[in-house]
Amino acid sequence: MPRQVLESEIQNLKNQILRLGDMVRQAMLDAIEALKHRATNRARQIIAADQAINALRFDIEKAALVVIATQQPLAHDLRFLASVLDIAGELERMGDYAKGIAKINILMGDKPLLKPLIDLPRMANITADMLQAALQAFVNDDAETAAAIPRRDDEVDGLYNQIYRELITFMIQDPKTIDQANYLLWAAHNVERMADRVTNICERTIFTASGEIVELDTDENGNAR
Amino acid sequence: MAPESIYAHVNLRRNYRRRKILNTVMLSLTGVTVALAVLPLVWITVYVLLKGGRYLNLALFIHLPAPMGTPGGGVLHAIEGSLVMVLLASLLAIPVALLAAFYLLARPNTAVAQAVRFSTDMLAGIPSIVVGLFGYAVIVVTQKHYSAFAGGVVLAIIMLPVVLRSAEEMLKLVPPEMREGALALGAPEWRAALRVVLPAAMEGIVTGVMLGIARAVGETAPLLFTALGNDHYEIGQIVRQGLHYHQSMGQILGQIFGQPADALPLTLWKYAQQPYQERVQLAWAVAFVLMLFALGLNIAARAWLAYRRRKLYG
Amino acid sequence: MTQQPVALNRTDKPAAVASATKMVIRGVSVYYKTFRAIKNVDLPVYENRITAFIGPSGCGKSTLLRTLNRMNDLIPGARVEGKVLLDGEDIYAAGQDVVDIRRRVGMVFQRPNPFPMSVYDNVAFGLRLLGIRQKSILDEVVERSLRAAALWEHVCDNLNQSGMALSGGQQQRLCIARAIAVEPEVILMDEPTSALDPIATLTIEDLLQTLKENFTIVIVTHNMQQAARISDYTAFLSMDDDRAGYLVEFGPTVELFTNPKEKLTEDYITGRFG
Repeated sequence: MPRQVLESEIQNLKNQILRLGDMVRQAMLDAIEALKHRATNRARQIIAADQAINALRFDIEKAALVVIATQQPLAHDLRFLASVLDIAGELERMGDYAKGIAKINILMGDKPLLKPLIDLPRMANITADMLQAALQAFVNDDAETAAAIPRRDDEVDGLYNQIYRELITFMIQDPKTIDQANYLLWAAHNVERMADRVTNICERTIFTASGEIVELDTDENGNAR
Repeated sequence: MAPESIYAHVNLRRNYRRRKILNTVMLSLTGVTVALAVLPLVWITVYVLLKGGRYLNLALFIHLPAPMGTPGGGVLHAIEGSLVMVLLASLLAIPVALLAAFYLLARPNTAVAQAVRFSTDMLAGIPSIVVGLFGYAVIVVTQKHYSAFAGGVVLAIIMLPVVLRSAEEMLKLVPPEMREGALALGAPEWRAALRVVLPAAMEGIVTGVMLGIARAVGETAPLLFTALGNDHYEIGQIVRQGLHYHQSMGQILGQIFGQPADALPLTLWKYAQQPYQERVQLAWAVAFVLMLFALGLNIAARAWLAYRRRKLYG
Repeated sequence: MTQQPVALNRTDKPAAVASATKMVIRGVSVYYKTFRAIKNVDLPVYENRITAFIGPSGCGKSTLLRTLNRMNDLIPGARVEGKVLLDGEDIYAAGQDVVDIRRRVGMVFQRPNPFPMSVYDNVAFGLRLLGIRQKSILDEVVERSLRAAALWEHVCDNLNQSGMALSGGQQQRLCIARAIAVEPEVILMDEPTSALDPIATLTIEDLLQTLKENFTIVIVTHNMQQAARISDYTAFLSMDDDRAGYLVEFGPTVELFTNPKEKLTEDYITGRFG
């Protein structure tokens, strides 16, 4: 097959995207784990590590732009590169959410957790799986898998609603808990936002594979529109 | 282990020296051959100019030959005869050659085109004396007299293949887009040929025509059987006489072309073998004039082409 | 989910802004003696749009282009089957005047081919063919055409200079001026920039964008990027096993280059052909 330079650049970009995805996923899981154990030192490390995520995102962008400028990609190749630019941005934002969870951990200071974290780690695990699957589908140019992934967002939304109600109940029962409950709510919200961005990545995958722009997002009831 | 480099077996330094020497030898050799090629030309030119230049004078160009054995006189008859016959030959051969060349360009692969190409090649290869004999048989015998007309016709036959083949080659060199460009603007074929393709090929065509004229001017043998020679050929006199007797333009032209005529090379050939020293000297002078003619023609053509090129390409 | 259409200058132009069909190639096959060079091509040419023909060498792009003004007539043994409609009329129908067709459908060639005459005479060539002799009219049209071809400023102080003395890019613009002087409706361009340097190429490309306001342009280019840059519609032709060229895909350029329908097109434009 001709176009070896382009091919190898594309492969390289795929590897870099997977690497960035791993870093983001790990940052999120670590942030939740640190929150669970109220490990503020760990949280500081996560915040510092976000710089590496940002740096890799810009490296990927630069590499994609160089390929566009030098290889004149068209059709599928062009869509792939446009998606790489987009997905790198999404991942960076997801990294920021993970960093946000770590910041909440620090903001909570020496206050203990309101209750042991159970649903939030579950939410995080599902989101992490979704992210991994979504990036794998992108790399494999697999529109079918990509279209199925956002359905798991419903689970995430369900867990989020559950956490929300639980924390509201805490706040109503004892207004002194409002501060701590709010912190946890923010953390849960961050994870929920990350799952939404996975959906965007899946849309990009479908666009790359087929050239079709579809919206996979779900309404507030969790039903696909 | 990496294979041994080929340069373990190469002496680059020695190769370089050998190459240098060989290069010098070959370059000198080409220089010598160039000198050998140019030498005859220079030799002939200088020899003729020196030998003929000595006998050059105004009388040569304005007087008819003096009677045999007397000094003086000129070769006006031959100059005029050459001009008349070459002019006639050019008028006959050039339009035919150009039109035929256009035909070959437009229909390169038809049977007619093949035939034309083959026959012009054959024609170019026929000894000129045979062409002269043909002129004698077809024109002189039928008309029962020698004439400038017959001379012009055989010169035309000799010119034709030279001009035709060079014109064809030159027309072929014109990018087809030129012709297509004109046709794409809605030009008829003849107009595209005349206004666009011909001017584009003009340089080469002029060179070809020059070659043809030079060939015709220099021919002797075919004129022996056709124009014969005529020591008293003088157009001025023919015209004066014609006017005196109230002849029409056609009659005068008939006189000019109908008489036997002389030509420079013919005169040269005849005079050179006569036992009178004056005639031999005259022959040298004629050789000089012939060379001058060729040179002048060449210079004029080149000057015109240079002017044209400057106009066209800035 | 419905989306508001976004006006993005280029993306919606061919599709959203309707344009009349200027020419139609209908079931056209071209034969050279017994060899079929083009088989059964169907293609519209839209008015005031640039239509590009792309494809591998030997696929018959130029041959197809030359059917549009009957330049194929000039090749002995060439024969065209099918119809080529110009404003609904078949230009190959009996009784059509070839000269008139070529006046209406002008042509610019691969190599700039200024005639061996002055700039002025080059542009006036077609006008004189039409029988226009009046100096004032000739002057006016020559200037107008040279201006339209973005050449006027470069030559206005010496219209008597030879067309062949101009630079390659200027020569090609002279040829464009010569073509538009006779006010054609369609201009065919056969790889008009392939003999030019990149700067001259871009100048011509810019020129085409202004020319399409008044003319319908069909361009053959071996440079896909050029087709992508300048054309509104692109036709991708390829060669079949019997070496006959055929149409693989035709569509708005934007779609053809971002999301082609045919695998063969994708392979070709992404450089993975064969």
